[in-house]
Amino acid sequence: MSFEPKNSAVKWVEHRLPIIGMLHHALYEYPTPKNLSYWWTFGSLAGVMLVVQIVTGVVLAMHYTPHVSMAFDSVEHIMRDVNYGWLLRYMHANGASMFFIVVYLHIFRGLYYGSYKAPRELLWWLGLVIFLLMMATAFMGYVLPWGQMSFWGATVITNLFSAIPVVGEHIVTWLWGGFSVGNPTLNRFFSLHYLLPFIIAGVVILHIWSLHTNGSNNPTGLDVKDKQDTIPFHPYYTVKDLFGLAIFLIFFSVFLFYAPNYLGHPDNYTPANPLVTPAHIVPEWYFLPFYAILRAVPDKLGGVTLMFGAIAVLFALPWLDKSRIRSARFRPVYKMIFWIFVLDCVALTYLGSKPPEGMYIYYGRIATAYYFIHMLILLPLVGLLETPKPLPASISEDVLSKKPVAQEAGNA
Amino acid sequence: MLKLITSLSIAALVSLTVLGSAQASEGAIELKSGNFKHGGLFGTYDRAAAQRGLQVYREVCAGCHGLKRVAFRTLMDLGFSEDEVKAIAASYEFTDGPDKDGEMFQRPGKPFDKFPSPFANENAARASNGGALPPDLSLIAKARHDGDDYIYSVLTGFEDAPAGFEVPEGKHYNAYFPGHNIAMPPPLSDDSVEYSDGTKATLDQEAHDVSVFLTWAAEPKMEQRKQTGLKVILFLLVLAGIFYAVKRKVWSDIH
Repeated sequence: MSFEPKNSAVKWVEHRLPIIGMLHHALYEYPTPKNLSYWWTFGSLAGVMLVVQIVTGVVLAMHYTPHVSMAFDSVEHIMRDVNYGWLLRYMHANGASMFFIVVYLHIFRGLYYGSYKAPRELLWWLGLVIFLLMMATAFMGYVLPWGQMSFWGATVITNLFSAIPVVGEHIVTWLWGGFSVGNPTLNRFFSLHYLLPFIIAGVVILHIWSLHTNGSNNPTGLDVKDKQDTIPFHPYYTVKDLFGLAIFLIFFSVFLFYAPNYLGHPDNYTPANPLVTPAHIVPEWYFLPFYAILRAVPDKLGGVTLMFGAIAVLFALPWLDKSRIRSARFRPVYKMIFWIFVLDCVALTYLGSKPPEGMYIYYGRIATAYYFIHMLILLPLVGLLETPKPLPASISEDVLSKKPVAQEAGNA
Repeated sequence: MLKLITSLSIAALVSLTVLGSAQASEGAIELKSGNFKHGGLFGTYDRAAAQRGLQVYREVCAGCHGLKRVAFRTLMDLGFSEDEVKAIAASYEFTDGPDKDGEMFQRPGKPFDKFPSPFANENAARASNGGALPPDLSLIAKARHDGDDYIYSVLTGFEDAPAGFEVPEGKHYNAYFPGHNIAMPPPLSDDSVEYSDGTKATLDQEAHDVSVFLTWAAEPKMEQRKQTGLKVILFLLVLAGIFYAVKRKVWSDIH
């Protein structure tokens, strides 16, 4: 099924730059396990969201002014005077949340089915790099409207670097471009906010390259054995992903058109004021778990270390998980601790939104401790001690064995 | 597929409840509902109420509060005719210039102008208000949780402080203002304005009307947004149906 162009113009190009053949190979022939569930749609959805963010962002940048005395007004100008400016801005602001929803589901899918294990460690790492770049981009993007939460969020987060011994204060001054968050900070955040998405796009290409080198994981976690196990990406997965995309866009639209400010914070509709601190400084929802971990430690440096450690530990995951079986389907104990871990992350999100007082502090510490216990203790131990369920011989066998059962369930 | 949708819906519900409760508890004080017509999927701004609300703003609130992001021309969204908008604009004086001799001059407002603010700058505003700054109202409905209910509640929430509650000099007790001590004296009472459409100007009515007007001022594109959303979602439902049918067809030889 290799690519053999008939059109002479295509042949001419292909002889000089085999790009069409490469795309054909990646998007058409790419042999994909035939049993991928809809959980595998979130990767392509994340790609779509990156494009949505870049396209809306480029147009917004045409109307936005990165200056402390004009940024807020220019955003309101977009909302009120620019044709469909409200649509662009709400799409971009909610799009960031949607991007994170999709990427979080994509990451948890990887955790459940052991997609980080050999030979996909680099693929996993590249995904984590994308995640880190996304967090930096989203944080700086939230600063741009220059509302109260923009300003104070920027102040709190940049101040984290002051926890670094000796040079911390100097680093913070260097990041700010002054002695407080101000115009130089806004300008560089705008510049970087525009730059990073294109770097993300570059890492996405590496991510897909790495994916296509060993092929997609699948719900059984088994390696592809022969041609019986795979189907070409197009038309099977293109159409499946398109259906998933349409459903996802409906979900996106509900927020975009009917609750565009639900995921935001009202304080950010008040222009930034360095003299008035908001009652609660809360980051956007997608940072809340990490915010909870940060605040769980009474020591600033300790909190920052733990927060970055929460992500760093994910890089070590392929070696912390000692089980050679990928999919949680055949790992009864891992499946259980996986879902407890999911609950723990939900709990951290909730606790991150709460003021750090009373019992919330203790709950936050318990949830933080469990996060690391899961990663550093349970994962290696379960991998060593657990008795897995018997594995099917191949992907095809698994698909065929489930067929009659699925039909029965459908008829019942 | 069904399993995935179910689990995702449950996850979405749980997280929305978690987020919602997290946000709701911040405000702590439960607001009164203004029973507005602009809520819900199809809600639109009550034009008559918004027009009356504009009157309340101009005759009462505008003494201290600006509305600097709202252009007169946009008032046509509320059902005012072009001539009415021109008349409203012309009732304000604007400093313009410099003219060809380099002099600044006064001229009546035009539809493209925005509402002038009552004070020249923040210090002037504070000096006239016992040190407190009356906020610009252009975005107030979006700058507070449940902004429409919040405005309505605060405007109707002035009452005697409960026994033992200390109200400092120059402040007023308000049941819905965070901390309860508000610098603004009760701005509205029965018959603060005389409505030209014959509506009885009770405190409750005035508060309701100006809340509608300020909600529109903060989110003037809401109706267009909801209408667009309906079309987009209907289109996507059809599109999803088509993709699903094609997917079934394409995959039929695999199963």
